[in-house]
Amino acid sequence: MNYEQFLLEYIPNNPEFIVLTAENRAAIRNLPNVLTKNFVDTGITEQSLVGISAGLALRGRKPIAHALAAFLTMRAFEFIRTDLGYGNLPVKIVGSFAGFLSEANGPTHQAIEDIGLMRMIPNMQVFAPADEEDMIKMLPKILKTNSPAYIRYNNLPSTINHTDFEIGIAEIIGNGNDVSILTYGTLFSETLKVKEYLENQDINCTIVNFRTLKPIDKDIILELARQSKLLVTIEDHFINSGLYSIVCNYLFEHKFVVDVLPIGLNERWFKPLMLQDILEYEKFDYVSISNQIINKLSEIK
Amino acid sequence: MEYNEKLLKQLAFNGRKSILDMTLNGGCFIGASLSCVDVLTYLYNSFLNIKPSNLRDPNRDYFLISKGHAVPALYAVLAECNILEKRRLVNHLKENDHIYWHPNTNIPGIEFHSGSLGHNLSVAIGIAIDIKLKNDKNKVVVLLGDGELNEGSNWEGLLLAPSYELNNLIILIDRNHLQANLETENLIKLEPLKNKFEQFGFNVYDITGHDFNQIHQCFNSLKDNSKPHILILDTIRGKGIPSIERNPSKWYMKIDQDEYSALIDELSRNLEEN
Repeated sequence: MNYEQFLLEYIPNNPEFIVLTAENRAAIRNLPNVLTKNFVDTGITEQSLVGISAGLALRGRKPIAHALAAFLTMRAFEFIRTDLGYGNLPVKIVGSFAGFLSEANGPTHQAIEDIGLMRMIPNMQVFAPADEEDMIKMLPKILKTNSPAYIRYNNLPSTINHTDFEIGIAEIIGNGNDVSILTYGTLFSETLKVKEYLENQDINCTIVNFRTLKPIDKDIILELARQSKLLVTIEDHFINSGLYSIVCNYLFEHKFVVDVLPIGLNERWFKPLMLQDILEYEKFDYVSISNQIINKLSEIK
Repeated sequence: MEYNEKLLKQLAFNGRKSILDMTLNGGCFIGASLSCVDVLTYLYNSFLNIKPSNLRDPNRDYFLISKGHAVPALYAVLAECNILEKRRLVNHLKENDHIYWHPNTNIPGIEFHSGSLGHNLSVAIGIAIDIKLKNDKNKVVVLLGDGELNEGSNWEGLLLAPSYELNNLIILIDRNHLQANLETENLIKLEPLKNKFEQFGFNVYDITGHDFNQIHQCFNSLKDNSKPHILILDTIRGKGIPSIERNPSKWYMKIDQDEYSALIDELSRNLEEN
């Protein structure tokens, strides 16, 4: 089942929901004809998309609002913060083409601060599915809450069968004690390949899929920090406001000292290319990541 | 609803007095409040189906104040209508209540917060869309300042409302010709405003915002077509207190007891003379 099929099934059974888009129809092209009254296209107006969603929520509706992640979370940031966050309204905003998924669009379209921005807003929940199957598993529970939420849309094909989803609980793959790799979203499947590559060299790994970035699964961070030689954070996001900074904050709060290797973007935008080429050019492919981890481990020993 | 010009004048006078009370109790945006208190008095007493008993009823009418800094006028009117307890107005800027410079939903009768300009038109459009989708008849009224029209998000809304044929939406423009520091036309030119709104696809009405008969006549003869409505209310910032009227420096005021007494005298004399 893909995202569109999920909504086609879900919305008619839950008519308080209403789908909106700021003319970003790629993932929901067949919805307008079927949902008719439960579909509103606001045109290329991210601010009004959010404000209108707030108005609908005041009438008891549960809007699911779509736009490109960069424009949604940045152009409309103050509307999200002030109308949805301060208003604490049950509006779910869905940002597409986030992180490396913007591919060859260039820096104008690169949402690589979206997780940080959305996490800063009181009341806001933040989700980043690892792939389309993960997203479909997550949606029913995300849609059920009455909180505003940001979903970092991700329709990459799945390479594993994901566990059941609970808000605020991370998914754990493996139980290796040498390295714990913490990640979310786009880079999850590459991370699985890193695990395989490292284990072929007798380096045991645990992978954590942070499906929920707010509320974050704090217990797993501390647990893995205790048992691993090295923590690695992998994200297509600025490291100063993403998972790396979340992890470091939390470790510091608990006065826990451990080596953390950040693999992410720092003070620059990434090269606009197709996804696989970005991974290789930016050294986010599994071989490059694995080698960085091996080097770091050798420094620690 | 009942229309009684004499009663409305008295209620608007009471509202202006409450605004002065808030100007004494810590200070507030008095100019913008005085320019819209007349239309708010009319709306809550003679037009909108909003009363203490129906504040959560989905069939009520909706009023949103997008120019949030004028909220003393709304609080004053809500208090006159017993939607907000009048004794709470003395809590202005006190830590035991939520009555501060911008509206928030802790206050009965406030549908949504504002303060950041350019937000509530889109919120009103969302409300109006849902009402239309349900084939309901309630009206949605949103008050914008003329200076507020500088904000680009309003122009998104002005494109959207006619596109969705939201004829249940009434946008009020408090056209007092002044924004924070300057005359609107000396900063970002708005005119010809009526023409602009007509070209956008609205029914546009140009009336005096302090004349209850004109306001009443206008609200009761809104065109019955598929277009949303805009009322450009020609108003005077600081209206009712001549020494404040049209005075750019009297945007925000905090006054002491002596100044308060003088302004109350001025307000009362002005009422008798008009």
